[in-house]
Amino acid sequence: MFTRPIATLAACLTLWSAPSLAEDDTVTTFTLPNGMKGVVIEDNRAPVAVHMVWYNVGAADEPPGKSGIAHFLEHLMFKGTETLEPGEFGRIVQAQGGSDNAFTSFDYTGYFQRVAADRLDLMMQHEADRMRNLVLTTQEVLTERDVVLEERAQRTDSNPGGLFGEQRAALQYLNHPYRIPIIGWRHEIETLGLEDALDFYEEFYAPNNATLIVAGDVDPAEVEALALEHYGPIAPTEGLAPRTRPAEPPQIAPRRITFEDERVSNPYVIRTYLAPERDPGAQEDAAALEMLSQVLGGSSATSIMGRTLEQEEGVALYTSAFYSGTSYDDTTFGLIVIPTPGRTLEEAEADLDRMIVKVLEDGIDEAQLERIKVQVRASEIYGRDSLQGRARTYGVALTSGLTVQDVQDWPDILDAVTEDDILRVAREVLTLETSVTGYLTRPEADVEATQ
Amino acid sequence: MTFMLRALTIMGLSLLPFRAVAAVEIQEVTSPEGITAWLVEEPSIPFVAMDIRFRGGANLDLPGKRGATNLMMSLLEEGAGDKDNLAFAKATEALAAGYGFDASNDSVSIEAEFLTDFTDDSVALLRNAILTPRFDQAAIDRVRDQVLAVIEQDRRDPEFLASSTMAALAFPDHPYGTPLEGTPETVSGLTRDDLIAAHRNALTRDRVHVGVTGDISAEELGPLLDTLLGDLPASGAPEVPEATYALEGGLTVIDFPSPQSYVLFGHEGIMRDDEDFFAAYVMNHILGGGGFASQLMTEVREKRGLTYGIGSFLVPRDHAAQYMGQFSSSNDKTAEAIAIVRQLWSEMARSGVSAEDLDAAKTYLTGAYPLRFDGNSRIAGILTGMQMQDLPIDYIATRNDNVNAVTNEDIMAIATRLLDAQALHFVVVGQPEDLSTGALPEG
Repeated sequence: MFTRPIATLAACLTLWSAPSLAEDDTVTTFTLPNGMKGVVIEDNRAPVAVHMVWYNVGAADEPPGKSGIAHFLEHLMFKGTETLEPGEFGRIVQAQGGSDNAFTSFDYTGYFQRVAADRLDLMMQHEADRMRNLVLTTQEVLTERDVVLEERAQRTDSNPGGLFGEQRAALQYLNHPYRIPIIGWRHEIETLGLEDALDFYEEFYAPNNATLIVAGDVDPAEVEALALEHYGPIAPTEGLAPRTRPAEPPQIAPRRITFEDERVSNPYVIRTYLAPERDPGAQEDAAALEMLSQVLGGSSATSIMGRTLEQEEGVALYTSAFYSGTSYDDTTFGLIVIPTPGRTLEEAEADLDRMIVKVLEDGIDEAQLERIKVQVRASEIYGRDSLQGRARTYGVALTSGLTVQDVQDWPDILDAVTEDDILRVAREVLTLETSVTGYLTRPEADVEATQ
Repeated sequence: MTFMLRALTIMGLSLLPFRAVAAVEIQEVTSPEGITAWLVEEPSIPFVAMDIRFRGGANLDLPGKRGATNLMMSLLEEGAGDKDNLAFAKATEALAAGYGFDASNDSVSIEAEFLTDFTDDSVALLRNAILTPRFDQAAIDRVRDQVLAVIEQDRRDPEFLASSTMAALAFPDHPYGTPLEGTPETVSGLTRDDLIAAHRNALTRDRVHVGVTGDISAEELGPLLDTLLGDLPASGAPEVPEATYALEGGLTVIDFPSPQSYVLFGHEGIMRDDEDFFAAYVMNHILGGGGFASQLMTEVREKRGLTYGIGSFLVPRDHAAQYMGQFSSSNDKTAEAIAIVRQLWSEMARSGVSAEDLDAAKTYLTGAYPLRFDGNSRIAGILTGMQMQDLPIDYIATRNDNVNAVTNEDIMAIATRLLDAQALHFVVVGQPEDLSTGALPEG
């Protein structure tokens, strides 16, 4: 297995050139008159371009009772338009030797093609076409709904960890739609229809709700001209409401869940805390939380949890701390311990709590923090190797409410994090009152039988 | 992780094209001590990616020691030279280097990425991992527990259950037939001496291939190769025997509590050095290799909604070849999906492909060629993969010609030779309706 210890950081950090990223001249932006934003990332190493359109809409923006519609629509976007047969856009991409796909999250829905750089024009033409001209038939919708139900069966229903994660999210968020799975609840997916898809499509698929990202061997001025030609004529959705979701009430009591499934192989305990996300112009706390996750549970050899529980005490098979700071609304900070066989989940939870106390009481080893920062800086260099990764970093950030400047400032903000910052956010965030503690295990008889 | 996925990776590498439009400069570098590597210089980003692979792999496990090579490779980063595992990890972090160690049945691999500024220190650290791993008992015990946990996890993983069952049925008398992680019994019994023996057998100079891409010159690379690999033994364990494919057509159902069945299917395949390999590759692209456009995806997913995804793939390995496919489907739809797979298999064997489908496949495969040149690590992997498959250094220049040369008649011939719906064996993990172990229904 090939892992760089800083993998989670690298995922949200692809741009940083010492001395300062804010001067990265490979990234330029524009805004079309109809409100569509554009970001161009130049990389001339190979004659390739990645073309992406990101919509500021995801599963957390769905109407009540229609869970899964954002993702379902993403599937349906590969059907036909007024001028293209179902599946024809995909065949056009393939005929250029290109590849395409799409993805849906809580806060965004994105579509991309990877093609020879001189085919950008063609990609824009068809991506612009399906922004407004999608044509669906009832039969297509019903068949595709079966595909989505199979997807849910494969990814969630067949996977105890997936089912457990759904239950934990529903417990973490009482009121905010992050409580609802992106793919949707099965009983609601089963009722989604043509009109649901089109209603969602017509409201949210509009230039003033979209960001174009083009990365690769392209000229920014030419990209803007092409964007103006293809996306420029599309009328915006007038009166698009500001993006507000139902907010969480203050969490005032710890919540707990035990999920048993005979398919569980290695039982584990996982704790998540409500945590602030990266906000535009105010990413300092998120940066400190990111560093806290590395210090506590980044490397299995050198982090506090890995070193103590896996290496020195031998009480855990695996430990980790994780934080996903790029999010539109409040996110979570999490810790996981998979105990060695024979140890109970109660003992594993006590180990987990002990590690939190340890970091708060002992503080942070200066050398460890410096090594993490070395890797943060290096991740910019490694990150430049991936065109798609860079494009994705901007897409996720911009649809999560951040700006290009925020993305470029982020590495410097991480680098400026101090021990005091980390301990402060640890005290603020790691409070039981805002936590969900989950046990994933097998039914008791089954566990005993295999040990 | 299953052998199937590993095989897929290898497959991908063998056909991944290169920067065809731009000038592809692969240099063969020979070190002062005679170790060769293929190099693509890419100075625009200040880091280097290396892919080092040794032919042999977990197939070299000695009798009763299944899992030794896998455990040995996992331990190379757990302490080396004068550094215990903590010191080794700290040194790696301080350099922001990334090292990966992996074992497959056919080979073991060592991947590295390091910053140009830290080349010497990064190479010195990797040299120690390769040449002087410590195999400290505490590290052995800890990593062994992790491997045992993986084996425990595999017992409840439908994909693993399917692939290990298929492997056991297909290759009962060869290491391919058993999981390379070993069994709880063999892994528990492995001693430090077993790991030292596995290290001695697997990492030898006569079996190594090296691919390098990044900010390094041929002059700099030569001596670096000697530093890294020059002190390895010249040769190791005897060659691995060929594997005989022993599985007949039919159905094996493994009961597993799940709303879906995971289905793995296949029969014998075609070796990479077969003269009809390109025809088979293009045929598979049309049948089930080409993503959304493939016949399997069109019929099973797009038209009927029976699955989220289905695909087929050629699995040519060093000592045997399989042609396989896989999908997941709800238990009440699995039988229908299997019937369609068999039907498409028969139709392709009987009728080959249309001129239109062949043209579309060629257009895609040759057009995608320059687009896959994607990052230093990936290119380093391609360079090593080409060497592992004995492809010539100018392979890249001829690859699209080979694809374009495939005719309808070639496809018809290979389809007739390769595809046999009656020989397909389906391993189904789940609780599929109206399916049970035994012969397949007529059809």
